[in-house]
Amino acid sequence: MNVRLYILQRGSAALMVPLVLLHLGVIFYASARGLSAADIFARTRGSLFWGSFYAAFVVAAATHAAIGVRSIAAEWTSLRGAALEVLMWSFGLLLAALGFIAVAAVVLA
Amino acid sequence: MNGLWDRQRRGFSRSGHRRDALWLAALLHRLSGLALAAFLPLHFLALALALKGEIALDGFLRWTANPLVKVAEMGLVFFLSVHVLGGIRILLVENLAWFQGQKQLATGALIGALLLALMFLVRAA
Repeated sequence: MNVRLYILQRGSAALMVPLVLLHLGVIFYASARGLSAADIFARTRGSLFWGSFYAAFVVAAATHAAIGVRSIAAEWTSLRGAALEVLMWSFGLLLAALGFIAVAAVVLA
Repeated sequence: MNGLWDRQRRGFSRSGHRRDALWLAALLHRLSGLALAAFLPLHFLALALALKGEIALDGFLRWTANPLVKVAEMGLVFFLSVHVLGGIRILLVENLAWFQGQKQLATGALIGALLLALMFLVRAA
């Protein structure tokens, strides 16, 4: 891992600490109440707060996970050089694309 | 080479470090991260069902009421909790002056994550 990836990895981790803690709170709240799709949409549709919150979460998680998977692949597999870059970018872009679709589905649709 | 041979001859294990609490914490951080990375695409695809309307998402939410799914969700809560709590320890140790008690902090992160996972199961059941 070079310095740029290290800073991005730790920076995204620091950003995600409060996001994950609030997300855990949401998980506990939603699971205890057994929310329906209508209940969820009533809280999220058109919400600038939840839209911004989860968009930031998607960017941070896609960055953090892609660099983390690259590091583990470098440690545990024989992948080296360009193969690691392809793995990192393809996984990160996949997560970002699916994440933004999910946020749009819950906040905008 | 001689140094390694000497350590083996004197009875030191080459894998002894794998019983160290902080080595196990690093392993758990990687394994929980991999589990979360594998789960995330499925999580996003499930949420994207909202594009098909309330009925599609409600069908999925009913499926998650299955007790086996609840147990799997408890595992995910554990992985997320242990990854974030262990991650906070890593950020602190990398950015602050060195302080004692790293093994105790790592153990506390594990116990805290187990408690959160159990609390989730009790509340969701």
